[in-house]
Amino acid sequence: MAERAVFSVRRLGHTTSDIVIRLGYAVRFIVLTLLHSGTSFRRFGLIIRELYYTGVQSLIIILVSGLFVGMVLGFQGYHTLQTYGSESALGVLVALSLVRELGPVVAGLLFASRAGSAITAEIGLMKATEQLSAMEMMAVDPISRVVAPRFWAGFISMPLLAAMFSAMGIFGGYLVGVVLIGVDEGSFWSQMQSAVDFREDIVNGVIKSVVFGFAVTWIALFQGYDAPPTAEGVSGATTRTVVTSSLAILGLDFLLTSLMFRGI
Amino acid sequence: MATDNLIEISNVDYWYDKRRAILSGIDMVIPRGKVVAIMGISGSGKTTLLRLIGGVMKARKGEVKVDGKLVNKLDSAGIYEMRRRMGMLFQFGALFTDLSVFDNVAFQMREHSNLTERMIRDLVFMKLHAVGLRGAHRLMPSELSGGMARRVALARAIALDPMLMLYDEPFTGLDPISLGVIRNLIRRLNDALGATSIVVTHDVQEALDLVDYVYYLSDGKMVAQGTPEEMRAMKEPLVHQFVYGEADGPVPFQYPSKQYAEDLKLGARHHG
Repeated sequence: MAERAVFSVRRLGHTTSDIVIRLGYAVRFIVLTLLHSGTSFRRFGLIIRELYYTGVQSLIIILVSGLFVGMVLGFQGYHTLQTYGSESALGVLVALSLVRELGPVVAGLLFASRAGSAITAEIGLMKATEQLSAMEMMAVDPISRVVAPRFWAGFISMPLLAAMFSAMGIFGGYLVGVVLIGVDEGSFWSQMQSAVDFREDIVNGVIKSVVFGFAVTWIALFQGYDAPPTAEGVSGATTRTVVTSSLAILGLDFLLTSLMFRGI
Repeated sequence: MATDNLIEISNVDYWYDKRRAILSGIDMVIPRGKVVAIMGISGSGKTTLLRLIGGVMKARKGEVKVDGKLVNKLDSAGIYEMRRRMGMLFQFGALFTDLSVFDNVAFQMREHSNLTERMIRDLVFMKLHAVGLRGAHRLMPSELSGGMARRVALARAIALDPMLMLYDEPFTGLDPISLGVIRNLIRRLNDALGATSIVVTHDVQEALDLVDYVYYLSDGKMVAQGTPEEMRAMKEPLVHQFVYGEADGPVPFQYPSKQYAEDLKLGARHHG
């Protein structure tokens, strides 16, 4: 009995120290990535190439999802607002929901599952097939040549994707609210324009998407770089990227929202 | 003369866990211009030794000297400086899968030199010509056979005319023709570049036909060394079993286990 208790405590200790050690590695990894970013900016072509893979190739899923989310918001918003006779505020509801919350969060979740998983799988496989070791043996630092360009590409593309998601969502809300249901177009746009505040709403939404971009790209790169060099290791790392990134986005969203709404 | 040796390793130990040494008391000398094999069964520590020479890991004890420089005392800038004069061929080539054959070979030239694209193009074609794959420069690594990938990787490894070539299991998984091609290339390139080569392998016959000298590792210790002829004639049981590929000998066929009868529960049945 006592032996089992000692075993359990020991296992708890091991798990805790493992988590702390991995967190330490992850922090060291991101600090190294930031410190070794010089090459990426001197040879901006490296970042542009990755922007294409992480950003441009995520466009389809982001735009289509944005459109559908906006259209659903149009229906649901209209249904609720008409109960109070204020369906003219539909534009405000759609725009605020998207710019403040759904844009950064849903785009972040999609970005994690589309681009994040691809980054992890690619780097994990590069490690498993000794491409990273080969690079090191050629006196080329994989952090500055492989990791840093992908980090900056993710960091840059995430806010842009979130903005495009919101814009497409607003268009979806317009299609349903104005074109399909027949809400007055003038009030749809004018109320939106007067109610959405640049500093309070748009900037806060952009801040969120920047933070999510940082978190998702960091998690994806670290998971890939740290993956055991086997098929099972890479598949596990890819799953962990999606799960950890999604949880990080939702947790950070709560944290950021509570900080942003403190003054209200 | 000390300066005739490109690599001098003396009394080197390496371990992950102090109770289980991976390498212990390794002494080794590799003269310039020679092709030397480090042989031994899987898990004998030969790849670890190669990594110590390449500066991927640092010896826990003892000295690893490459071209007069103590590798275990070099900082990372020093290691990178040294690696620019080394080439390494990995077991399965390790080509960059997102780059074409041409770009793989050009990789190091672009990273480490200010050569114009035109000069890089000429150099890449010369390197690819040396391995017989000039015509494949547009292909992607996924379009290459195993043997071709290994040759492209070889062209990439010699891109900057290294003073030292490291080969990690260069013959694994190749058909007999590709194997012969790689074996000839290792010798030809070594002599043409005036380089020194270390071949880590357990492919006995290929290695003995190719190299000038052999070091034999077993369980992290250097148990034998000599020219290929000396190795073939050696009576040392470990080397003899290895060179002639005998299934049983000092290295047992069976992985350490309980008594066979005990595993089959024969004892229990007798009593039951």
